[in-house]
Amino acid sequence: MTNGENATPGLWQGFVAVIRRDLLLAWKRPGDILNPLFFFAMVCTLFPLAVGPSSEQLSLSGPGIVWVAALLATLLSLNSLFLSDFEDGSLDQLILSPQPLPLLALGKTVAHWLSAGLPLVLVSPLVAVTFHMPGRTVGVMMLTLTFGTMSLSLLGAIGAALTVGLHRGTALLSLLILPLAMPVLIFGARTVALAAADDAVSAGIYFLCAYCILALSLAPFATAAALKISNE
Amino acid sequence: MWKFLHKLASPPHFYDLSAKIIPWFIVPGAILVIYGTIAGLFYAPPDYQQGDAFRIIYVHVPAAYLSMLAYTVMAVSAGIGLIWRIKLSHAVAAGAAPLGAWFTFLALITGSIWGRPMWGTWWEWGDPRLTSELIMLFLYFGYMALRAAIDDTAKADKASAVLALVGAVNIPIIHFSVEWWSSLHQGATLVRADGPAMPTEMLYPLLAMILGFSFIFGALLLGRVRSEVLFRERRSRWVRSLVLSSGEQG
Amino acid sequence: MMEVLAMGGYGVYVWSSFGLTLIVVIICVVQVKRRHRQVVSDIKTRLRAMEADQ
Repeated sequence: MTNGENATPGLWQGFVAVIRRDLLLAWKRPGDILNPLFFFAMVCTLFPLAVGPSSEQLSLSGPGIVWVAALLATLLSLNSLFLSDFEDGSLDQLILSPQPLPLLALGKTVAHWLSAGLPLVLVSPLVAVTFHMPGRTVGVMMLTLTFGTMSLSLLGAIGAALTVGLHRGTALLSLLILPLAMPVLIFGARTVALAAADDAVSAGIYFLCAYCILALSLAPFATAAALKISNE
Repeated sequence: MWKFLHKLASPPHFYDLSAKIIPWFIVPGAILVIYGTIAGLFYAPPDYQQGDAFRIIYVHVPAAYLSMLAYTVMAVSAGIGLIWRIKLSHAVAAGAAPLGAWFTFLALITGSIWGRPMWGTWWEWGDPRLTSELIMLFLYFGYMALRAAIDDTAKADKASAVLALVGAVNIPIIHFSVEWWSSLHQGATLVRADGPAMPTEMLYPLLAMILGFSFIFGALLLGRVRSEVLFRERRSRWVRSLVLSSGEQG
Repeated sequence: MMEVLAMGGYGVYVWSSFGLTLIVVIICVVQVKRRHRQVVSDIKTRLRAMEADQ
């Protein structure tokens, strides 16, 4: 990857390069993006099938189901965040780069959100419709899912870094991340439910925003530390 | 002072010192727990609303308190081990985890048992404390699972330390979010009298139980760390001579 | 005596809670001791094996 300059690439260039590389890789393998989306849609279908088509029940539990499905789909996509890099040695290169590792870890996380979280947010209205979600609620849902999936990508990157290359890392990753993701789930899903009941949603949205910012400032460092430990 | 701490961090010195300290934890602990149990079961007046069922508080609250104390010890010692690279500190974290998990489990079970006569059900999602404890149990499992999944001890130490610290940051957030979640539907809480609003005949046994169990936790923790240290240093000379000479039984 | 056991009708709950607590503490103590004995015996076995090699 040459950039035609003599000097070492700066922070921003390193950051963007990581994002661009991951997005390019994801673009070349559309399955990586589409599979979690299909999973998300399918999980949303499972609940009505299992619980019954009662419209009342569905509109009550709709926000929760969408959120749980989004959480699980994100977990699914987190698995491979560092896996291919670990296997082909790119992770070594990443760690040895002159750019600070937390920044590069953040880059990978951003790329993950762009290829996993954002599509989820964009697809969510389609699923919300099947749960008879009114318009304003759908808007709140998309907003909560945006901040929520960002937080999940940030938090999940830590877990992915800790479990990369471990035997049965998949199940372990879920076990590690799910308890930590509870606040995001609680505030995300309940806020959407409040919107459906025409109650105030600002508290929930502020919390999700605050959590996202906290994760943004701390998670990359934890991820970087975890990557160095896992790569030893 | 630093010299003492330096000495303490050295495994053989810790091993000797801890053997002497453990009795000093067991005896006060046992006395406090015995007093607390007897006073709490037989001498504290029955609660106005809950009758004699409230006496479960004398085991439930100490268990819950210890579950959080254990996590704090685990996270702090993991952090110290990670930042200052002290192996003994990592051993303390490893030892604290299973104890913390047991106490969390105990808090959940006693909470459930207490809830049955109070709510009529064996579980009440609306109780924020119980739900938070459940999530904390999962955090403990995650920590122990990660440790178990990594073969290399040093790597397992460091990775689980990162996890413990991330969990520590999240625990207050988890508590807060569960409180908010349960407040949306006026939930039933178990412990109706949390602070000094309790009359002294009720409070003193509770404090004694909390303090007593803390001492017992300390003794158990020291015991676990001793075994852990022995195992980690099994190839070293001091362990070899110790095992061969004294016929060390523990 | 029966009053004590009955605990105002809540006897089952109160006594099972205390009983479980006692059991858990005993389990923890037993676990610690057993682990210690295991570590020591493993080390002894390995040392004997090493000596036998020499």
